[in-house]
Amino acid sequence: MTLFMMSSILSMPIKRLRVLLLLVALLTACDLTPLNNPHPPEDSAGSVLYSSFSERPKHLDPAVAYSSNEYTFIGQIYEPPLQYHYLKRPYELIPLTTTKMPSVVYRDNKGNPLPDNATTADIAFTDYILDIKPGIQFQPHPALAKDANGAYLYHHLSAAQLDELLTITDFKSTGSRELTAEDYVYQIKRLANPKIQSPIAGVMQPYIVGFDALAKQLTAAPQTDLKTVNMSGVKALSRYQYQITINGKYPQFRFWLAMQFFAPMPWEADVFYAQPGLKAKNISLDWFPIGTGPYRLTENNPNRQMVLLKNPLFHGETYPDSGTPEDKASGLLNDAGKALPFIDKVVYTLEKETIPYWNKFLQGYYDASGIASDSFDQAIQFAGNGQAQLTPAMQAQGMRLQTEVQTSSFYMGFNMLDNVVGGNSEAARKLRQALSIAIDYEEYIAIFTNGRGISAQGVLPPGIYGNQTGQAGMNPYVYDWVNNAYQRKSLSVAKQLMTEAGYANGIDPATHESLILYFDSTSVSTEDRPMLNWYRKQFEKLGIKLVIRATDYNRFQQKMRDGNAQIFVWGWNADYPDPENFFFLLYGPNGKVKSAGENAANYHNPEFDRLFEQMRNMDDGEARMHLIQQLQEQVRQDAPWIFGFHPKSFALFHSWYHNSNANLMANNRLKYLRIDTAERDAKRQAWNHPNFWPLLVGLVLLVLLVIPAIIAYRRRAAATLQEVQQRS
Amino acid sequence: MIQYILRRCLYALPLLMGVNILTFVLFFIVNSPEDMARMQLGQKHVTTAAIQNWKQQHGYDLPLLWNDTQDSAKKLTETIFYQKSVGLFLLDFGVSDSGRDMSTDIKQRMWPSLALALPSLILGLTVNICVALMMVLFRNTYLELGSMVLCVMLMSISSLFYIIGGQFYIGKLLKLVPISGYASGVDAFKFMVLPVIIGVVSGIGSGARWYRTLFLEEAEKDYVRTARAKGLSETQVLFKHVLKNAMIPILTGVVVVLPLLFMGSLIMESFFSIPGLGSYTIDAINSQDFAIVRAMVFLGSLLYVVGLLLTDISYTLVDPRVRLV
Repeated sequence: MTLFMMSSILSMPIKRLRVLLLLVALLTACDLTPLNNPHPPEDSAGSVLYSSFSERPKHLDPAVAYSSNEYTFIGQIYEPPLQYHYLKRPYELIPLTTTKMPSVVYRDNKGNPLPDNATTADIAFTDYILDIKPGIQFQPHPALAKDANGAYLYHHLSAAQLDELLTITDFKSTGSRELTAEDYVYQIKRLANPKIQSPIAGVMQPYIVGFDALAKQLTAAPQTDLKTVNMSGVKALSRYQYQITINGKYPQFRFWLAMQFFAPMPWEADVFYAQPGLKAKNISLDWFPIGTGPYRLTENNPNRQMVLLKNPLFHGETYPDSGTPEDKASGLLNDAGKALPFIDKVVYTLEKETIPYWNKFLQGYYDASGIASDSFDQAIQFAGNGQAQLTPAMQAQGMRLQTEVQTSSFYMGFNMLDNVVGGNSEAARKLRQALSIAIDYEEYIAIFTNGRGISAQGVLPPGIYGNQTGQAGMNPYVYDWVNNAYQRKSLSVAKQLMTEAGYANGIDPATHESLILYFDSTSVSTEDRPMLNWYRKQFEKLGIKLVIRATDYNRFQQKMRDGNAQIFVWGWNADYPDPENFFFLLYGPNGKVKSAGENAANYHNPEFDRLFEQMRNMDDGEARMHLIQQLQEQVRQDAPWIFGFHPKSFALFHSWYHNSNANLMANNRLKYLRIDTAERDAKRQAWNHPNFWPLLVGLVLLVLLVIPAIIAYRRRAAATLQEVQQRS
Repeated sequence: MIQYILRRCLYALPLLMGVNILTFVLFFIVNSPEDMARMQLGQKHVTTAAIQNWKQQHGYDLPLLWNDTQDSAKKLTETIFYQKSVGLFLLDFGVSDSGRDMSTDIKQRMWPSLALALPSLILGLTVNICVALMMVLFRNTYLELGSMVLCVMLMSISSLFYIIGGQFYIGKLLKLVPISGYASGVDAFKFMVLPVIIGVVSGIGSGARWYRTLFLEEAEKDYVRTARAKGLSETQVLFKHVLKNAMIPILTGVVVVLPLLFMGSLIMESFFSIPGLGSYTIDAINSQDFAIVRAMVFLGSLLYVVGLLLTDISYTLVDPRVRLV
């Protein structure tokens, strides 16, 4: 073979040989690895994080954005006055742009100050006084650009200027200015503006003094300049100090101050973006934020890619130097005291499908990944003790697994207005309790979530104040404490409860046939059928026939609003780590049918409502903890929900991805992350050598296939010609 | 011919109006303006006042098709249907319900769709014709039989399998191209290689069989026999005569899809993260953005009408016997 090749080369004409040598030289000179890199090669030099988004964020205006995919971006750009400590648990609020935690002053209905231990009944108003740090600058932005005379350059754009613009980066000049207390006040006024449609306007309206009055004023005169109007409960006391007055006592307000709704907004942004020509080019505050945070959005193409770059004017912050004892062991304190942020650039690419994302993650082109059900078995295996761990293949790649129980609850709710499953009668309560035992959510978690969740014992998920673990946190109506673990009560207990409820063996005394219950579900696809069948089987354990009423989401919402659903599945994700944010889902006046509130079960128990009203305004402490346990007990007994499960997130990180901590409350986690780019580059090179040989083999096979055909064709043509010649 | 084109354009108007009405009715049977408002405003803390406010700001506080509270012509014009439809006929798509200017979005998304669809079409057409001609050339041999079996096999495989299989084999195992992604300009090439190859390969089965049928029909005609009798070789007969005369049905299939290339491919764009128009409509349906749905359906219908018109015109170019009157 070698001799044949040598003789072929030697017999080759000189010109062809030169071309061949040139090709070989070119191929060896080119760095062929990695050919499959989807990122520009020049990005390798900097500290760039690669992530993705599957759905374009609808809003990036901090007054409107409320979804997690929106917070992914605005959490890094806008800075509310407070933030959560990145490492400490339980979750702890700390100053972000303020010099200290807000001063809280209680006042009576005449405005006189009250002591800190004043009773809730005496407190008519609460003042939150916030002192912001001087010297904080807004990111460079054309809305703040001024000429030599101090006039804004781009607040009155001409038609010619507009014609030259395609995106916000086309503005030649940018400017900045110092953050002042007025910017925070301005943003709170924006929340009240009906034109802006903030989702928390309805929540804040009863609390912030003057909120409702301003909303009405702006409804009557929509063109009013927000800068010139006042909100009686919100005012700047000085350049760096402002005050928010709320009605009564609402301790949870401090958590709202850590959300982007309360981030500052310069009035110039509204004036700049209000220019009609910009809107037509999709240049709006909803798409190009203006904040003070560690990052700024430099490219926003929600159809393809969004890019965050380090804000050159960021006021500076350091990595926390304290955390939980485990944090030190896991290396989360290795960067203590270092300047933030660590990453220069973050590229978010639109990835609609999980499979390509997962494969690119395995090739090292994404730094972190969740685990879709398709790839779960490839990534995770369970040890003998039930502990999730990485498969050997993932371990070989040096990956790390991070799991965390989410501060979310998924539950099966009963419509308490329903004649059969609802109401406060003993029979209905026992029916609900029996169903709570029969529906085996441990099995559900194992089958439908790959074990990613824990069964719920009550309303509160782990991580929320008031949640208890061990026997103290057990739901005694559904579980027994056996061998230091929860054990679901046997089906015989559920059947006994059914008998006591008047449905012995699941027979409805009214019809003398199986009791029929109706489950309204938005799960309509064929993929959901196993789950729906599973629910049917759970009800069948008690002799109950479950009728699934599959419906689209809009109709389902309508049924819920009208109170026409009987049994449904719902969920809630915590806004802030306080039990009020979960118990309010069962507060009577929040009933969905009655007042279009968040109480989807329409649960109404005067005792529960009384305890809730007492608990919600209390400061954390023994008395509050006691009330929370009373509330838990009440709900466990009444069982308006079958407490389903709290999902557990599984995240995978490459070995070069550092400082990731599952802080479920913080939206500004990006600034703490660090990438070891040298390690990433080395591993990418090692993992992505292209393989050409299968292509060559394919080519040879094709040639081998075609040559006999050509020979056969020529032979046939020759034979035909010969035949014709013979005939002639 | 100009008269013919004008007449076809006039025919298109009621057609587009009908499509517009149908889209409107179907959309609002499934979604009410309240549902749209809830979808746009999010799931948490949505109040009735906020919904009313959203509807008013986006023009969905009017009656759907008929406004009894107004006088004379305003009964028709002061409705959601009229207000949202008139602009379409002037190709002014306006602003989506989520607040983005749709013309800008469509212009941006159109090019990536074309970058994928155009090479796929041209290469696919070339490969399919070549394979079909080869099958005709080698007819009644094992090669034709094998090719036919292969074509049936290729047709039987789901397009999703080609995509996932292609990404797995070429992108993941061979590591020759990125698994998915997109870049503008020349950099788009390395991202387009894989989807174009997959697009071409997945279309060979049906395309080659279809063209083979056309060529076989043509190859049996008298003029072909005459050409052979003149002593032309089989390749000369096929490429110079058969191919030329089979162009009309080929054009019928190709020209009509040309304008629709702008509309993109949903699955390909979704799996390869190509920011084209393919997923624009589906995303809009999922987010109940009526403004985008009606604009895209209207645009699709318009392009289809244009495609049919272009097909008619192309007949006259390839076949002098055809006259448009």
